[in-house]
Order: sequence, then C-alpha cells, then structure tokens
Amino acid sequence: MAGYRNKGKSGFMGWVDDRFPATAMWEDHLSKYYAPKNFNFWYFFGSLAMLMLVNQIITGIWLTMSYNPSAEGAFASVEYIMRDVDYGWLLRYLHSTGASAFFCVVYLHMFRGMMYGSYRKPRELIWLFGMAIYLALMAEAFMGYLLPWGQMSYWGAAVIVSLFQAVPFVGPELAEWIRGDYLISGVTLNRFFSLHVVALPIVLLALVVLHIIALHEVGSNNPDGIEIKENKDENGVPLDGIPFHPYYTVKDIVGVVVFLFVFCIIVFFFPEGGGYLIEAPNFEPANPLKTPPHIAPVWYFTPFYAMLRAIPPIAASQFPGVVVMGGAIAILFVLPWLDRSPVKSIRYKGMFSKVALVIFAVSFVILGYLGVVASTPERTLVAQICTALYFAFFFLMPFYTKMEKTKPVPERVTG
Amino acid sequence: MKKYLVAFVIALFPLASFAAGGAGPKLDHMAVDLHNQASLQRGMQVFVNNCLGCHSAQYQRYQRAAEDLGMPINLVEENLLLGNQKVGQQMTNTMLKEDSANWFGTAPPDLTLESRLRGPDWLYTYLRSFYKDSSRPWGVNNVVFPDVGMPNVLEYLQGEQINHCSAEEAQHHEAKIDPLTGKMMGGCMSIGKKGQQSTEEFDKTVYDLVNFMAYIGEPSKLDSQRIGTKVLIFLFLFFFIAYALKKEYWKDVH
Repeated sequence: MAGYRNKGKSGFMGWVDDRFPATAMWEDHLSKYYAPKNFNFWYFFGSLAMLMLVNQIITGIWLTMSYNPSAEGAFASVEYIMRDVDYGWLLRYLHSTGASAFFCVVYLHMFRGMMYGSYRKPRELIWLFGMAIYLALMAEAFMGYLLPWGQMSYWGAAVIVSLFQAVPFVGPELAEWIRGDYLISGVTLNRFFSLHVVALPIVLLALVVLHIIALHEVGSNNPDGIEIKENKDENGVPLDGIPFHPYYTVKDIVGVVVFLFVFCIIVFFFPEGGGYLIEAPNFEPANPLKTPPHIAPVWYFTPFYAMLRAIPPIAASQFPGVVVMGGAIAILFVLPWLDRSPVKSIRYKGMFSKVALVIFAVSFVILGYLGVVASTPERTLVAQICTALYFAFFFLMPFYTKMEKTKPVPERVTG
Repeated sequence: MKKYLVAFVIALFPLASFAAGGAGPKLDHMAVDLHNQASLQRGMQVFVNNCLGCHSAQYQRYQRAAEDLGMPINLVEENLLLGNQKVGQQMTNTMLKEDSANWFGTAPPDLTLESRLRGPDWLYTYLRSFYKDSSRPWGVNNVVFPDVGMPNVLEYLQGEQINHCSAEEAQHHEAKIDPLTGKMMGGCMSIGKKGQQSTEEFDKTVYDLVNFMAYIGEPSKLDSQRIGTKVLIFLFLFFFIAYALKKEYWKDVH
C-alpha cells in the first residue's frame, strides 16, 4: 500500500516514503520550496545564523567533554582545554568567537526583517518565534559567559542577576532563587552549566524548527516585500520563485565561504577581539572579594546595558532602568502590529519610515558603544537621547507609517 | 541607502572624543616576538631563576615549553627543574599561599596568564619601574603599580633606581632619549648603586622575560597562526569554486 505522501518513488526511497515522508520533506523544504529569486546580500544571515548554531553545538559538545563545572575546577579546566587537549584552543576560540558571530548575524538578520517588513502579515508568527530565539539566545550567551569562571564572568553575572533584585517586593528572593545562593557561587555555576548545555539548547533548537516551519508555510518575503505566491504558473509554481535547492544552497555556500573567511581571521589571529570578545579580566580566576574597576557586559548586550544606566533610579531603586531595558526587548515582539504602512518593504515606504529606521539603527549602535565605556554625565545624556529615539521609533510607528506617502509597489519582483 | 550610511558614520564621530580618558600610567611598548626562540629561551631562564620561587605558572608544563622553544629535554631537566620535579609537570612551586600572604600582604599571583591579563607593555614597564622608597616594607615602590607588595627581585641586575619626581609625575613622565647617543637624558629615574647589567642590558633581560610570559599566556599562538594561514588560503581558493558553481546554476535565472 502506497503511503499518503508517497511521491511515486520505487526501490529503497519508495520503501522509506511508505513509512516516513522523507521525499516529501525534502521537496517541501528544499527542492520544491520556492523562494523569491531576488534575495540580496541581507538574505545570507539566516543561513549563517544556522551555521553558527551548528558551530556552537558541535564545539560545545567537545568543550563539555573536558570542562569541569565547579568553582574550584572551572578556570583550570578551561586552561587545560587551551593547552593539554588536542586542538582544544581551536574548539574554545571557535565557541567564544562563535557566540559573538552568532549575535552579529542575528542582529543583521533581524535588521533585514525590519527593513523589508518580513514581520508583516502573514509572517507575524515567524517574527515572534524569531524574537523568542533571540531571547533564548541572550539567556544562553549570558549563562555560557559565566562558565570560564574568570573575573568578568563572575562580576558580569553578579551585575545581571542583581538586576532582578530591583523588582519590587520579591526582588531579593528572586535574585537568590536564580543564584541558588546569597552571591554567585559554585551552585550558580552548576545550574548555569546545566541550563547552558542542556535546557536552553533544546529550547533553541525547538524554536528554530518552529521558525522554519512557519517560514516554509507562508513562504519567504523578499526585498520588494511582495507575495510571490500571488503570481503562479499553470503548475502552481510562483513565477518569481526558484527552488531553494539548488539555487539558494549554492548561493549560500558562497556567503558561507566569505563569512568563514572573516570569522577565521578572528578565530586564528585575533581571538580576544581587542578585549571585546574575550575580556582581559577574564584571564584572572573569579574572586568574590575583588571587584574589577570597570565591569562591562559583552558587546552584544551593551545597547541594553547603556539604557539601564541611562535611566536614573527612582527612590533609590534601579527598577525603572530594568523596566526600560526589558521594554526595549519586549517592544520588538509587537512590531508586526505597530507597522500600519500599506507596503512592506522600505523600498516603497515614505521618507519618514526611512529616516526613522536609520535613526533607530544609529541609536542602537551608539547605545552599544556607550554600554562598553565607563559612564560620564555627557555620555549619560547621549544614552538618554538614544534611548528616547529607540522607543520613539516604535511608539510613533503607527502614525508615521500611516500618514506618509508610499511609492507604488510593482506587481512582480524587481532585480 | 548610501547617504544614510554616510550620515550614520558622521553621527558617530562626536563619540570618538568621548572615548579618550581613563589614562593609566604611561607604558613603554614592547613588541612580542614568538619566533625569537633565543629570546624566549633566555626569558624562561630568567623566569625560572627569579620568578618561580614565589610565583607559579601552574598551567604551563616544562616539557611543552622545551618543545615549543626548541630546547633539548635533558638540558631543561638539568638546568631548569626545581627540586625533584619531572619535566612533564607544570611549573609550580612549594610556597604555601598562607605563608606568602603573611610575608607579602597578598599571595603572589600565578603568572601563566599575567601577560593576557595585564598586557606585555604593562609587564615590560612594571618590571623596569621599581624605585627606592624607604617607607615601603621592601624598600621599593613601583611607578606602574603603586604600593605593590612585591620586592624588586631583579635589583641585582638593574641596580638601585632612584625616582626624582613625585609618584604621580613619574607615571606620566616622558623619558627623553638623546638622538645622537641613544642614552637617556634627564627623566625621573637614575641608577644609584649599580647592578650587574647596564640599563640597555637590563631592558633586554626584561624584554626576554616578558616575551616568555607572553608565550606561556598562549602557547598555541604560533600553531594557531600557522593553521589559520592554511585555512584562509583554502577558503580564498574555495571561494572561486563556490562562486563558479553559483554562477553556473544561476545562469538560467532571469
């Protein structure tokens, strides 16, 4: 009896297809998944994010084989990996550089979505799953950063966990519950290790599957922001669509090679990234009695850290800053419902949207920079302005996207 | 989109002026040279003879250093091992942390990663910046690390350095060098009681030592650069193949 989804294959694949939709899945997601033919440079970052996820998982598995998750042994075990494990230094640098590269491509991937309106109907769930991935990734990176048990690992974690302390009423108990102790200790290290290598990777992988299933259900957006499924040939194939495999697989290989070239320059020649990827104080073991003079989170968290510092405490409570920081991430979730423009892509939006997007991106980068350096009154002022601009981009979006004059959208995709 | 990028870059410029500041003491630059095995070997000798009594390099194995720096194992065993250590062991000492904390105010830190923590320039300047200060327990203070607990272990080589400025001034003082003779002119420091080495010889000794410390901070560095070069060459060549493949497939997409 032929299976419901049997694609008419005989032999071994026919036998498999009668029992498992192997050929159907291959066709649905690769060889007959029609993607718009006008993807540009920005469309590399989705597959690059996938590449980095695989890199993190594989190097992570091998690092876990030699890592010792205890306050007494963690730091020494990292040096053991760096020196006594064959190619351990390479595994470690691929993993530490990979974390930063992952965030880099994810930020560019998100910005692509914002430029071309990839979050708009019918892709709201893709955006929401993507945001959930981003959130899980931040948790994953934060917990991973504690594991080397260096000074910056320790004090970075201490600062971030203490943010929960600012929550009214339950703050101190909440922070204690997260740490499992009155301060960051071996207990915290062990639970962060467990979450970093087991719980969060499972969540991340599940979310990535959901992200891609949702994407392949509705189809990819493109730089013109038009639906290629609205123009199909007699076989039901979108006229502007090309099969993902082989067209985009071979194209993505080119993107992967270029990306890996830059990535490998950092991994092999500048793994510390000038102190931004591996911070110098992390070459000293964690010491709860000695606070480093300047604590800065890793670069991918600094825009939000700058917002936190920009908000003055009210009644000696940092809670307003924590709310603003959380809000900056939370507001991204509702982006699909803030954009009221009749068009999706920035190409056909009006001047307001274009200027707003540039201001948003510039503010985010400036905040990222301000989060790295020590704060001064002038810098705090700049951070406050940038925080206001960041939120204005979202709060004003329903208005400027609706009132501006848009350009006519073409019927078919342009080059 | 280009004009936005330009606007974006211009908008970032005023920030550069904020970036300055937080200036620590002025550091003398030294260029680490991991290919200079003679320097690294001398550095290891200086390290074992002068540092290892109190400080450890607990993640570095003697044998790894011997192999990486091109030293015969038997020479290392005869000349550089302390007590009855084996060559496969890590560079540790037998000083108890409780004792040393009592003697120096704080236990001497492990030095394996010191060059990555402080940077070679800091170490190179620090080790040459001890000066006579009778108010301190060991009779010396340091320009780069004020009120440091460490005595000037290398004084027998350097001699007794005297600071003619305040501690604050000495931190930012530009050493003037005579362009004709290459000798130091003026400056805050002068040598009182002479040591076994001249200033130039001593600078070289410290250079070798810090070079070695940079090596033990990351012994895989040269391997990494060697393999990395091959990887980049491969990726560069593979790019053309990948690009040709893409072009071939895409020629029927219009």
